[in-house]
Amino acid sequence: MTEPIKAKEPFRFYTRWHLSELLGIKASNLEQLLGHIKDVPGSCIYHHTHRFLQQHQYLSPEPPNDFAYWVREVLGDDELGERLASIDTIQYKTIRSLREKIVETIEKYLKHNPKANLRFAGEDEQFHFIKSVSFIAPTNETATDLREFAEALRKVTIDSIYFHIFEAHLRLEKGTNDFSNWLDTSLQEKALAEKIAKLDPYTYTLDGLRKTILKIVEKKLAA
Amino acid sequence: MVHINDYIPIVGQSTIDDLKLLAERLKGKVIQHVNSTSVGGGVAEILNRMVPLLGELGVDSRWDLIKGGSQFFDVTKKFHNALHGRPEDITDRDLEIFMETTEANLGLMNTYGDIVFIHDPQPIGLIKKKTGNKWLWRCHIDVSHPHKKVWDFLMSFIPNYDAAVFSSPIFSQRLPIRQYLISPSIDPLSDKNKELPQEVIDAALAKYNIVKDKPIITQISRFDRLKDPSGVVDAYLQVKKYIDCQLILAGGTATDDPEGIQVLAEVQERAKKDKDIHVLLLPQDDILINALQRASDVIVQKSLKEGFGLTVAEALWKAKPIVASHVGGISLQVKHKFSGLMCHSIEGAAFAIKQLLNNPEYAKKLGENGRQHIKNNFLLTRHLKEYMLLFLSLYHSEDIVYL
Repeated sequence: MTEPIKAKEPFRFYTRWHLSELLGIKASNLEQLLGHIKDVPGSCIYHHTHRFLQQHQYLSPEPPNDFAYWVREVLGDDELGERLASIDTIQYKTIRSLREKIVETIEKYLKHNPKANLRFAGEDEQFHFIKSVSFIAPTNETATDLREFAEALRKVTIDSIYFHIFEAHLRLEKGTNDFSNWLDTSLQEKALAEKIAKLDPYTYTLDGLRKTILKIVEKKLAA
Repeated sequence: MVHINDYIPIVGQSTIDDLKLLAERLKGKVIQHVNSTSVGGGVAEILNRMVPLLGELGVDSRWDLIKGGSQFFDVTKKFHNALHGRPEDITDRDLEIFMETTEANLGLMNTYGDIVFIHDPQPIGLIKKKTGNKWLWRCHIDVSHPHKKVWDFLMSFIPNYDAAVFSSPIFSQRLPIRQYLISPSIDPLSDKNKELPQEVIDAALAKYNIVKDKPIITQISRFDRLKDPSGVVDAYLQVKKYIDCQLILAGGTATDDPEGIQVLAEVQERAKKDKDIHVLLLPQDDILINALQRASDVIVQKSLKEGFGLTVAEALWKAKPIVASHVGGISLQVKHKFSGLMCHSIEGAAFAIKQLLNNPEYAKKLGENGRQHIKNNFLLTRHLKEYMLLFLSLYHSEDIVYL
C-alpha cells in the first residue's frame, strides 16, 4: 500500500445544526397547502423537504418530504402522495426550482382530480408550516489525505455529513457536494469524486450514506 | 450526580463534542431561568437536570423562582385549565390578583440575565422589567384552542418578548415575534428511563400480584378524564374477546384533586368485571414506573388531550410497541405504522392492540424504530443543543448563521 497523496488544501469538516421556527401558518386541504407553498420563505420549503430525512433517518427510503407524508397519511391521497414523494430532489440545484416542481405537481394533479380538494384534515392534523434556521460551524476534524479523510468521516456526526452533502448541494446552491469537490480539486481524485457525486443521497439513511462513502474511499485506499 | 460525559455511551462522543462547541459560543452570557416552582411538574424536572448540565458545559445558567400566594396559584391554575381549552370562568378579579403578584415580583426580582428565560404564564409579567437584555417566553402548555380572555391577557405581554417557544407546531399562533418549536425531552439516565435488571422488573410485578402468564397492556397516566382510562378499559375488553391478556392502568392522582379521585373510583368499579385488570394507584416512584413499562408487551396512551405526552417517549425509549391517540404532541413522537400505531377511537385502539399482539415481529420492529426516533429527537442532549441554538438565535436575524 502506497502513502496517500497529500492535499493542496486540507479538508475542514463543518457541522450544521438547525432550529425550527414556527410560522403560525396552516393548511387543511390541498388548495390551502398549494397557496402557502407558493408564498412561504425558501427556508420553509427546505425544512419540509429535508427535515423528514433527518428525523427519520432509520426509515429511508420512506417519503423524503413532509408534503408527501401529509398528503398520503392525513389526506389519504395515495396517488398525489406518491408523486410528491418521488420528486427527484437531487436534480434540483435551487430551492426555487424544487418549489416550482412541487407546485407544478400539485396543480397538475388538482386539475385532473378537482375532487381531491374536498379532502380535509382534522383540526389536530392540519399541515403547519415551519422554517429551518441553520447554524454552521467548523469542527475540530480536518484531513490532509485520503486516509485522514476516512478516519474523520468515521468520527464526525451525521449533522456534519448532512452539511457537506445536502446543505452544500441544495441550500447553498453549490451544485455538487463538498467531499467530491475537495477530492477532485485538492487530491486530484477525479474518479473517486465522481463516484460520490453520483450517489443519490436522498435514498440512503444518513448512517447508510456515511458507510457507503467510507466503503468507496476504503476501496481506493486498499487498491 | 450525572455528568455530561455520562451521555457519551448513549448518544456518541461526537454529539457531546458538538454540545461543547456550541457552549463555547455562549461564553460570557448569563442565562436566567425563571419559573414558579422548583419541585413537581415537568418544567422543574427538566430545569433540575438542564441547569447543572449547561453549567458543566460552560454556559452560566441560573434559576430563580417568583413568589406567590395561594390566591395567585389558584388563578394561574385556572389559567392553565383555560389555556388547555377547558371552560373556566375567568373574572376581572382573577386578572387583578395575577397583576398584584406580578407587581410584587417586579419589585423583588433582579432580572440580571443577558437572556431571561421565562417559563409558562405565571412569571410572564416580569417582561415589564425588560431593558437592553433578551427575553424568551417558553410555553409548555397546549394552547391550540386557548380560552380567549386568558390568551388576550397573555398577549398584552407576549409581543414584548424577543421570541416564544412552543412544544408542538399545533400550538403555534400568529404572533408578532419569532416563535420556535422545541419539544420536551426525556433523560435516558434518570430513574424513569435507565436500564433495569430483570429482578427489579419482576419485583415490581410481584409487588402488585401480577403474574406474567399472558401479555400485558399498560397505560401509565394520572387518573384524569383527559387520559381516558375508561376508554382504555373498553378497548382492552374488546381485545380480550379474542386474545387472553391483562391490563395495567397505573398512575397517581393528587389528593386535593376531587375529580382525580372520582375518576379512579369509576375505573376501579369497571375493573371489578375482569380479574385481569390491575388498577394501580402509584406512589411517586420512578423506578416502579420504569419497571412496569419494561414489563409490558404493548403500551397505550389513549389521551383525549395531551400537551406533549412524555410517557410516549418513555415507552418508545424502552423499544415498546405503542398505541396512542392522535392528539397534541404525540404525533411528533409516533409516525403511524413506522414507530407505533395511532388511533382516534376505542375501536381503533382495540384493533391496533390486536394487530400488535398477534404480530410480535411487526410490534418489535415498530418498537425498535420508536427507540431510534426517540434517540435521534427526544433525548435531553437534543434539548440542550436546541436551547443553546435558541440563545444564539437571539443575536442573529438571518436564516443561515455562520458561527
